[in-house]
Amino acid sequence: MTQAARQIEASTELLSFRVGGQDYSVDIMSVREIRGSARATSLPYSPPYVRGVINLRGTVLPVVDLAARLGLDTGADSERNVIIVVDLGKRAVGLMVDAVSDILAIPDSELQPPPDMVADDTRTFVSALTIVEGRMIRVLDLNAVLPPQGEEAA
Amino acid sequence: MTIQVLAVDDSRTMRDMLNMALRGGGFIPHLAEDGQHGLEVLQDINPDVIITDINMPRLDGFGFINALRADAKWRKIPILVLTTESADTLKARARDAGATGWIVKPFDPVKLVKAIQMVAG
Amino acid sequence: MSDPMEEIRASFFIECEELLESLQDGLQAMADGDDDAETINVVFRAVHSIKGGAGAFGLDDLVRFAHRFETAMDEVRAGRLQPDADALKLFFVSADLLADLVRSARDGTDAPDDVISDVLAGLDALGGAAPAEPEDDFEFQPMALSFDFADPAPAAPAGFAITFTPSDALYASGNEPLYLLRELGESTVRCNTGALPDLPDIDPERAFISWDITLHTAESENTLREVFEFVDGLCTLDIQPLHAPLSDILPPPPADMPALPAPIEADRPEPPAATPDTPRNPAEPRSDTAQANPTVRVDLARIDRLVNLVGELVINQAMLSQSVVEAGLPPNSAVVTGLEEFMQLTRDIQESVMMIRAQPIKSLFQRMARIVREGSAAVNKDVRFVTEGENTEVDKTVIERLADPLTHMLRNAVDHGLESTEKRIAAGKPARGVVTLRALHRSGRILIEISDDGGGINRARVRQIATDKGLIPADAQLSDSDIDNLLFLPGFSTASEVSNLSGRGVGMDVVRSAIQALGGRITISSTPGEGTTFAISLPLTLAVLDGMVIRVAGETLIVPLSAVLETLSLTDKDLRALGPQTHVLQIRGGFVPLLDLGAELGYRQPKQSYVGGIVLLIGQDDGQRAALVVDAIEDQRQVVIKGLEASYGRVPGIAAATILGDGQIALILDPVDLVKNASGRTRIPSTPISLAG
Repeated sequence: MTQAARQIEASTELLSFRVGGQDYSVDIMSVREIRGSARATSLPYSPPYVRGVINLRGTVLPVVDLAARLGLDTGADSERNVIIVVDLGKRAVGLMVDAVSDILAIPDSELQPPPDMVADDTRTFVSALTIVEGRMIRVLDLNAVLPPQGEEAA
Repeated sequence: MTIQVLAVDDSRTMRDMLNMALRGGGFIPHLAEDGQHGLEVLQDINPDVIITDINMPRLDGFGFINALRADAKWRKIPILVLTTESADTLKARARDAGATGWIVKPFDPVKLVKAIQMVAG
Repeated sequence: MSDPMEEIRASFFIECEELLESLQDGLQAMADGDDDAETINVVFRAVHSIKGGAGAFGLDDLVRFAHRFETAMDEVRAGRLQPDADALKLFFVSADLLADLVRSARDGTDAPDDVISDVLAGLDALGGAAPAEPEDDFEFQPMALSFDFADPAPAAPAGFAITFTPSDALYASGNEPLYLLRELGESTVRCNTGALPDLPDIDPERAFISWDITLHTAESENTLREVFEFVDGLCTLDIQPLHAPLSDILPPPPADMPALPAPIEADRPEPPAATPDTPRNPAEPRSDTAQANPTVRVDLARIDRLVNLVGELVINQAMLSQSVVEAGLPPNSAVVTGLEEFMQLTRDIQESVMMIRAQPIKSLFQRMARIVREGSAAVNKDVRFVTEGENTEVDKTVIERLADPLTHMLRNAVDHGLESTEKRIAAGKPARGVVTLRALHRSGRILIEISDDGGGINRARVRQIATDKGLIPADAQLSDSDIDNLLFLPGFSTASEVSNLSGRGVGMDVVRSAIQALGGRITISSTPGEGTTFAISLPLTLAVLDGMVIRVAGETLIVPLSAVLETLSLTDKDLRALGPQTHVLQIRGGFVPLLDLGAELGYRQPKQSYVGGIVLLIGQDDGQRAALVVDAIEDQRQVVIKGLEASYGRVPGIAAATILGDGQIALILDPVDLVKNASGRTRIPSTPISLAG
């Protein structure tokens, strides 16, 4: 975005990616890093969408299969999977997605809240919608991705 | 010649503050944590002025001053006592013990410097 | 660069904690009968020092309270007051209040106003002169001199005429007229040597000289007199303002005085008597003066970083070892032996670093002493609090996280554990109940015990409450120990009425979770009529563990070595079926439940046959044992513990995680938790169980 445009209105920078055949994005401010897929150590009695934990330079990083979490087609695990490491409050989480697409700067006025639709509960995971070049990009609500801390994963 | 000051107080905070105020006043500070330690330290340094607290473990202010006044080397050295009380009785007692002057806690750094100048030039 | 005053202020509050601790120790010693003067002095000085520092930072509430407390302690110190039990109680309460005031000054919160006035009244009643408010500074108040001048005098005098006659004592006190005169600034000074005897008769200790000084200044007489403040009483000082001509003011020179020497300009001073030598060594560095055990204060964040770095070092080294093995180097090669030495060195570093964070549990015990004091006062019971092992060293982070659970258990002990005074007397017990807090190291762990000599757990009532709350079926078969452990169930509370302390809905289940989060465990034992003991067992450090590396269902896990009693190979002779879905292992005449680790963790279904399988016999402090079936035992090594709680949450049966040499994360088993919640299923039932994970 040009300097001039930035001065005119507030905007948000989003990292967009593909997961389960759909386009999603997260606020770039929450993204710590992007890394290739790694074999996760599974955690007993964890929800099916929690792949396990991986070693991120000496720290334990839980990895969530985002497609599974969103109730989308999980498809086959492939080497092309990418893990987006995001900050979730005090902890970090790895989101396993198909591929990272782009970094987009969207004026805040173009971010719209998703409509209420009873059938899908995608609204609980989507905080906003926007259109870029004719495609609908969903902005992911990170807080909905992992259960709050302290709850026993059942 | 820069004036050297030996400051004796069992409170670490007080020592820190004295150190800061003395340096700020252009003096060279030496620190000790009670009378006993002060006597030990005096074997290696030659201060122009001694500032001491009264209430200290092992050897308190009065004991320290007595020991100093009994020693030919330190008999005339200016000694300022730190006191939180301004009661005249305490000052009289300090003077009886051989103190030269006093500084009231909490001390004003400016007054500290002035007091030192009054007794040590 | 940080503000130096801020640093000193922060350091002051740390010093206050140390002073408060020695204050407690001193009062405790006094309460135990120690009437040594030095003990009382320690208490006095602690309050005095806190007051002094507080004054420097303008912490008025703290200064005010400390001053009154100090005044009372001064009475004791001077022998004018012999503290009885009530006075000592007041002193303890005052010490607690002082601590509160220090902390509210530090944290910027409000002081606890409500109790202060009562305590202050109590302290004042103990005697001592009416407490004088500490004055900010000493301003010398001179007597007003009366001047009688006919002519219209200017508002301020043009100056002063001063006659200054030092006495012998002035010199003895270390004062030096030269410096005082110099302080006056530019003036005209006439030195009176008339009283000087002849040279052979001069006694250098005595004073013979006086000075007449003419000082032109706009300063007030008060300011002038300040210069002579220190020598007030050690000299004769006559100050006359200069309005009238000098000759009318100055006294005529004594008749028998010889010719006066020429006036000496005050600002051309004689050289000082002693020239200070250049010091050979400065006394000591800026930080703390040296003592028997030199100490250094370190920012805790730095230590944490160091602990983490050492942890990474160990992991890195494990990875290096792995690479060396995979590279196929011969075991005797320089690389391998060098690596082994390296590993030993790292282990030593790690141990030393771990112990940096360890500190005596004493400060926690002192906090608990206050909890017991306040608790017993609130429910009107006479309680004696005994501590043992206060010097036991515990990792600082563990100490902090123990505060809440211990507080809760001690309040319970005072509130529920101990019977009322009447009941105790009726039962033939001493009226004064005893609560004991004990800490010790044992077999690589820290044990903390809380006991009371009260009535013990009322098992019938506990059982009834549990049944009423639907926590257990009415006809459940429970041992005494089972009933005791019902207290740990969530939603359990025995308070039929809410007492002053414990009616908060916080149960023993919260205490237990807190202990478990530290990697520890807690057990109860109780004897009716005699008392109850809670025993907490904690790992020595939170960071490192000796473990056995095992494989099960394709996963690598670590089993804490301290839990492993032995390893066995299963034969069909030892294996016995118990029920339709369970097995036991017969070992040395006893029976131990068989647990399939892979099944318990939900990795796979129970195996078809366990004959020939490898089993870890695990056991813990409470004597419960289990036989854990694994696929293979790989290795034994020390691993760095990485918590899961912070990054993910609690996983049943799992204590923490570690990073192996190949960079993979391996989970660390929590054997106690696993056994406790184990299903014991080692046979496939007719309907398959659903796999988790």
